[in-house]
Amino acid sequence: MVKIGVLGLQGAVREHVHAIESLGEEAVVVKHKEQLDTIDGLILPGGESTTIRRLIDQYDFYDALVQFGKAGNPIFGTCAGLILLANEIIGQDNAHLGLIDIKAVRNGFGRQRDSFEATLQITGIAEDFEAVFIRAPYIEEVGPNVEVLATYDGRIVAAQEGNIMCSAFHPELTDDNRLTNHFIEMVKKSKLVAQ
Amino acid sequence: MSKVGTDRVKRGMAEMQKGGVIMDVVNAEQAKIAEQAGAVAVMALERVPSDIRAAGGVARMADPTIVEEVMNAVSIPVMAKARIGHIVEAKVLESMGVDYIDESEVLTPADEVYHLNKRDYTVPFVCGCRNLGEAARRIGEGTSMLRTKGEPGTGNIVEAVRHIREVNAQVRKLTHMSTDEVMTYAKDLGAPYEVLLEIKELGRLPVVNFAAGGVATPADAALMMELGADGVFVGSGIFKSDNPEKFARAIVEATTHYKDYDLIAKVSKDLGSAMKGLEISKIAPEERMQDRGW
Repeated sequence: MVKIGVLGLQGAVREHVHAIESLGEEAVVVKHKEQLDTIDGLILPGGESTTIRRLIDQYDFYDALVQFGKAGNPIFGTCAGLILLANEIIGQDNAHLGLIDIKAVRNGFGRQRDSFEATLQITGIAEDFEAVFIRAPYIEEVGPNVEVLATYDGRIVAAQEGNIMCSAFHPELTDDNRLTNHFIEMVKKSKLVAQ
Repeated sequence: MSKVGTDRVKRGMAEMQKGGVIMDVVNAEQAKIAEQAGAVAVMALERVPSDIRAAGGVARMADPTIVEEVMNAVSIPVMAKARIGHIVEAKVLESMGVDYIDESEVLTPADEVYHLNKRDYTVPFVCGCRNLGEAARRIGEGTSMLRTKGEPGTGNIVEAVRHIREVNAQVRKLTHMSTDEVMTYAKDLGAPYEVLLEIKELGRLPVVNFAAGGVATPADAALMMELGADGVFVGSGIFKSDNPEKFARAIVEATTHYKDYDLIAKVSKDLGSAMKGLEISKIAPEERMQDRGW
């Protein structure tokens, strides 16, 4: 069994915990940076990226999170989590953690009234994934080592670069756990290698 | 094929706000302070509840100029209030692209009998509740988020505490009932049967429930989280305090770490005076906002 942390500063934490547990793994809500030493992988949940970032700084989480990712530990960011992971955010001078070589567009699909559900094809994971997009970002451009996992309407909405994965939509809001399961497989592999 | 305005999209939006603070603002400058302080959303208003209370008269939807100004100033979601039952105010706010509508008892109700049918809208709604019956009726009408009514604009937490305790106690009672008792409970509460069944099965409300109506200090915010609120609305408290910026940050931190009492002590230091509170019994019954709507 692997132990997966969900960054618990703000946002849809409970849903990710539920998804991890229903896949038979151990979930822990991470509220202090010391907890990062005790987990095998980390999920950055949906929420408000500006709020989560401010709390990351407030609690001195920043360097610890960057190191956690750079050390090769798997991280999965959903929606706000994607924004936190991106190397570049269009229209903003500074990105956040800069752990994946993508350019992200915040609220790329518009305001809440434009939020939607759609069926996606996710490469190697699902042909018919029900995806919930809420004030979602999209990825405008990816670097050479980034694998595009899914697109919607010509826009990139899920990607992976080594140990870092992100999605613009919310797998935790549906009962379809295939993407989370893919992440758990990444965590298991990384744990094996570490051993 | 994509679908907009589904329950998952509308309720999911509120899920993303969990553990956060939503702040009342009356202009772009305040909205920016709120965003900087870590608010998860702002509520754009013409006047905060304590000023509405002081001004008297009929309180209506804010001037669209103010709402627009706030929407242009921040990247976090923007909410706005419509009067209870005012179909057109709600449609106007929806057409402006507001992210969430509060069908709010803080404004003077437009309809004393009917609340809005919130399923008619793509935009999600938040509604106030004092007990499970009220919560279930609003869910039945399609609200995607709840909040306690409390007593807005008083800086007095007692009513919000009463409401969250009442709702949660009733949810616990329902969860432990046998299914054949639920219909009678639905009749007693005036609540839709199917909604109660759903709550019973989940063991909790199917939408998030924030605290609102009287949060005046970081400790108040933490108290409401302790009592099971999913997040906090702060109305008059922040921009009626001596140092709104500091105050806003302190409320955000106390909400995130509501069990860390050393931290709450630290952020509560030197905040200056909080808003002057109102004793609930000193408010004439007809001026109690929580009794608006049913």
